[in-house]
Amino acid sequence: MAKTIEGLYYSESHEWVRVEGEYGYVGITDHAQQAMGNIVYVDMPEEGDEVEKDSDFGAVESVKAASDLIAPISGEVVEVNEALADAPELINKDAYENWIIKVKLSDASELEDLMNAEDYAAFCENEH
Amino acid sequence: MKYYDKLIFELSKPGRCGYSLPVSPWNTTADALPEGLRRTAAAELPEVSELDVVRHYTNLSNMNFGVDTGFYPLGSCTMKYNPKINEEMASLACFKDIHPLQPESTVQGVLELYYNLERSLSAITGMANFTLNPFAGAQGELTGLMVIRRYHELRGDMKRTKIIVPDSAHGTNPASAAVCGLDVVEVKSKPDGRIDIESLRPLLDDTIAGIMMTNPNTLGLFESEIKEIAKLVHDCGGLLYYDGANFNPLLGMVRPGDMGFDVLHLNLHKTFSTPHGGGGPGAGPVGVAAHLADCLPNPRVVLGADGKYQLLTSETSCGRVSGFMGNFGVLIRAYTYILSLGKENIRMAGPLAVLNANYIKESLKDCYKLPIDMTCMHEFVFDGLLDKSTGITTLDVAKRLLDYGFHAPTIYFPLLFHQAIMIEPTETESKETLDGFIEVMRRIAEEAIANPEELHSAPHNTPVRRLDETTAAKNPILTYRESLCKK
Repeated sequence: MAKTIEGLYYSESHEWVRVEGEYGYVGITDHAQQAMGNIVYVDMPEEGDEVEKDSDFGAVESVKAASDLIAPISGEVVEVNEALADAPELINKDAYENWIIKVKLSDASELEDLMNAEDYAAFCENEH
Repeated sequence: MKYYDKLIFELSKPGRCGYSLPVSPWNTTADALPEGLRRTAAAELPEVSELDVVRHYTNLSNMNFGVDTGFYPLGSCTMKYNPKINEEMASLACFKDIHPLQPESTVQGVLELYYNLERSLSAITGMANFTLNPFAGAQGELTGLMVIRRYHELRGDMKRTKIIVPDSAHGTNPASAAVCGLDVVEVKSKPDGRIDIESLRPLLDDTIAGIMMTNPNTLGLFESEIKEIAKLVHDCGGLLYYDGANFNPLLGMVRPGDMGFDVLHLNLHKTFSTPHGGGGPGAGPVGVAAHLADCLPNPRVVLGADGKYQLLTSETSCGRVSGFMGNFGVLIRAYTYILSLGKENIRMAGPLAVLNANYIKESLKDCYKLPIDMTCMHEFVFDGLLDKSTGITTLDVAKRLLDYGFHAPTIYFPLLFHQAIMIEPTETESKETLDGFIEVMRRIAEEAIANPEELHSAPHNTPVRRLDETTAAKNPILTYRESLCKK
């Protein structure tokens, strides 16, 4: 059973956002890492890039598949998690501890479109 | 199976020799070459006997698994038998001893074959014209999209920069579109993988260059609303692209041109029985409806009024996609296949492929989870074992199949199901082979309950056991020298 964490915002494409002040940390969910299997590469944007809600900002590759990362919120990338460049498997170890990008939110109201932990768990349950 | 991974250089012994070169009929020597092109040290070639060479390559080939070795039910890949007459025709001196730069008048027969294959494929698919130049399916996709772009460009319609791709599409579709400079817009599919028309409708406007579709779709189901989809896309000024990866079940029965498609590519190495895989030469001919013929790549082969075949280059073309005329040897094989079957028998390929797929599906659905339980076309998808309590994954099942001498089906694709096993038997397999496969699949389902450890640690009988795919993907060793360092 995949984990969810209270207080995070979740998207239908299985990304999460943790909000800290005007910044949001973005990663992929535990459900996503389980479905992907062993992750071997994370394609990340660069600092200063703009990400746009519902557009791809990178990709995750596993031994099974490559999957686009879809931004759950818009804003400027202020930091990327460099540790994932050498150790992408960290996402498999803990998908919520290992964020992918830190974004300066340009429109906090976009968060309203995302799910809470309970709704996301139900969404995963019903997906198939 | 005996493990063998030597390089031929490891067999080399100084002075050993297995050949004698004939005297050059042209009486030339290296002295005529400019200084910079002359070799100063001897080439480091392996020194081996003929028997060394024969054993070396026979041992290597024994490590291979191919359609000639056993059943190869790889979904979405149509691994049908490659008839040996194809090879015989492609080996004829009149085809293999010519040069691509010879004058047209000296290679009329070759151009005639190209022309006839183009006409045959047009008739089979209901398109007006074909280019046979693209080297592979993915390049065919790119070529088809270049044709679409060129078509809009020639009409002065520069706004059309988006291409719609269903979320169940083959991964190459969005990749080809991106390489062609088009923005990919994803359209949702319904649970059975068919396109959701209501999700499609709002995407259609004057920025849409076209839509890419595979029919039957990735779950082996026919897009029954294709006529409606074609109308909607055409009404907004877009074009329909047909991915021919799944053309096999329709061969001789249904024509994409009649469904309303404007552009398509075929994989000759799938539907038309030419060799497949291993990175060998492929061929991805692209067919178009009449209004797009002028956009096909240069050069095209046309039949002049004087009865002679000519190479035609035109300004309206989308450009050149290959140095010469594609992988011509592959084209010979595909043309041989079409002629060998003939008009009547070619109609049997599709129905038999469909029958074989449904036979396996129905025989196994009581022990493997069948998420879409309906008549399939040439392939279908299981979502792992029916009994999920054993913890046995699709990967375990696939690895165990190798122990029983079958190639594994496609696994973990499509992404619509977490434990996908995609099976495509093709029409060339006998009932006995299918029964043998079904029996083994049932035995594996029993082992999952009785002896799961046997499956977790499979394969047991192959030259190498289960590989560490994560390390292989992260730290690939791609050269012999690197492998020596690691040892």
